[in-house]
Amino acid sequence: MTNNGNDSAVATSLRDVETGHRPVATMSSRLDGELLEVSMGPQHPSTHGVFRMNVALEGEIVRKLKPVFGYLHRNHEKIGENATYLGSMPYTDRLDYFCSMTNNWAYALSVEKLVGIEVPERAEYLRVILAELTRLQNHASLLGFLLSDMGAWGTPLMYAFREREKILDLFESLSGSRMMCDYMRFGGCRVDADDAWLAGAKRIVDRFPKFLDEFEALILQNEIVIARTQNVGKLSPQLAISAGITGPMLRACGVNYDIRKVDGYGIYPRFKFRIPLGDHGDTYDRLMMRALEMHESIEILKQALAQIQPGPVMNPKVKIRAFRPPIGEAYGRIEGPKGELGFYLISDGGPNPYRYRVRPPSFINLTVLEDLCLGHTVADVMVILGSIDIVMGEVDR
Amino acid sequence: METLEQIKNRAELAVRGAKIDIVANPGPSQQSSLLLDHEHAVGVATFLRDHPALSFDFCSNVTGVDWLDRVLKKTAKVKQVVDGVEKDVDQTTEEKIPGYLEAVYHLYSIKHKHGPLIIRMRTANRGDGARLPSLTPIWRSAELQEREIFDLYGIRFDNHPDLRRILMWDEFVDFPMRKDYRDPDDYEWEPTPHDDVLERAKQHYTPRPTLDGAENITAQ
Repeated sequence: MTNNGNDSAVATSLRDVETGHRPVATMSSRLDGELLEVSMGPQHPSTHGVFRMNVALEGEIVRKLKPVFGYLHRNHEKIGENATYLGSMPYTDRLDYFCSMTNNWAYALSVEKLVGIEVPERAEYLRVILAELTRLQNHASLLGFLLSDMGAWGTPLMYAFREREKILDLFESLSGSRMMCDYMRFGGCRVDADDAWLAGAKRIVDRFPKFLDEFEALILQNEIVIARTQNVGKLSPQLAISAGITGPMLRACGVNYDIRKVDGYGIYPRFKFRIPLGDHGDTYDRLMMRALEMHESIEILKQALAQIQPGPVMNPKVKIRAFRPPIGEAYGRIEGPKGELGFYLISDGGPNPYRYRVRPPSFINLTVLEDLCLGHTVADVMVILGSIDIVMGEVDR
Repeated sequence: METLEQIKNRAELAVRGAKIDIVANPGPSQQSSLLLDHEHAVGVATFLRDHPALSFDFCSNVTGVDWLDRVLKKTAKVKQVVDGVEKDVDQTTEEKIPGYLEAVYHLYSIKHKHGPLIIRMRTANRGDGARLPSLTPIWRSAELQEREIFDLYGIRFDNHPDLRRILMWDEFVDFPMRKDYRDPDDYEWEPTPHDDVLERAKQHYTPRPTLDGAENITAQ
């Protein structure tokens, strides 16, 4: 997190940024002190879908911000209660449509807890590989989107999408679909990956660091990015914990909490990886978190691809037809790319869940949106919102 | 993490008058929960968050569950005189268990990295009594999620800072996640302000009799 301070050509305004001084909340361009109410969204591209914010402005400074949800609401949970357990699996793809693999995994994990199903080892390896590939493409796209919100139209996003497309090709050759993978099943995975697929995954993983270095050089050391993100939208660790913030956004505040380490679900305890932590909790740290997490994901992928052994990918004891979990309830959660993704299921012994609840990370991360934006300018709102990493399919469900 | 019994005993000692029940989970997940009473829920929740050995500082998931009225049928043999002869007759007794709404909170500790501790609260009934104390003052993460429960289940949370609909639109009537919810036959159909149309609108949206007025809470 360094800025090239030796460069004598750095403009004075950027120097202010280096010292942490930023002229926010001091100027008032309206002398009468009245607030201007602006409705931002829902159709603006930087709202990442259909999301609206009612903002009260004093000049350019945000004094009040109320998010408005529900434009994409289709009551996913009710539909889940009316479908069979397996019937909801393809529908979880549509929650966070960037990360269908991790959605599948969280749902499969919860049902496995509810019923008490073991997962074969090879399936666990495949799940880890797919989840980390998902994390790579999610974080890369996020950085691209964020830059495009800031006005760097095209280039960073297209760079990110070029790499994302390679990973989506892998998903497609394995599951038949780029984004709506519907790959995991209760007690394993739907199809096995052959050696050619694993070799292809290895090739992509080996080449990814080169892209990452290039991308970091392009984005994270860029003076404009630094000026727009450092000291913008600071989040304190106390508020982050209280508000249930999870994922890279929590770790950007310096809170060491990664469910891959804490719960050790799947076979994550077998891998050596580090948890990057930020120290300021500002937008730049949140950006940086994604970049550093991609490095760690690559480490996990390398280990997983080296360790994976042949074997079955489905637990043969799992009933596929007439699947009726015993009466009870279970909450299962994983570390999704956006934060803690959990599923809470109550079974009454019937073929479909009595209660099917999704704990959407990006929805709950929006709890602090107003706290982050107060005192900043309108232009910063877009950057802060972008750094939270929301997908409306999951926020509105 | 301590066992549920230990946590229950600790909390009952610390919060005077608190009555906590353990709701057993018969499934293999072994996630049983604590049922809090309304009066002391905030006190118990504060205790769970602040006690140094527990410190459940992170409220991950908050959600509602709807349990409808149930009828428990019991059949017992009863001696009865039929046509002057004493006989064993099957007699069915019906016990009515009134329905209620439930709010479930999944707590974790970031400090000690343990969890989940599941706490739940039950409303008195599914109508006027669908009220619970809000735990948003203790865990801010409940803010949007309790709003969502209010929106979809119609539980009113007392002391919630901003209780209004969140996912459904403000003018929407009824609570779609309730088990006895009937969806309207045409969502797109909108009444215009003319008498005959408004009259037809009344037939179009037949209100459910159990509504208690919470559906009228809209944005200020």
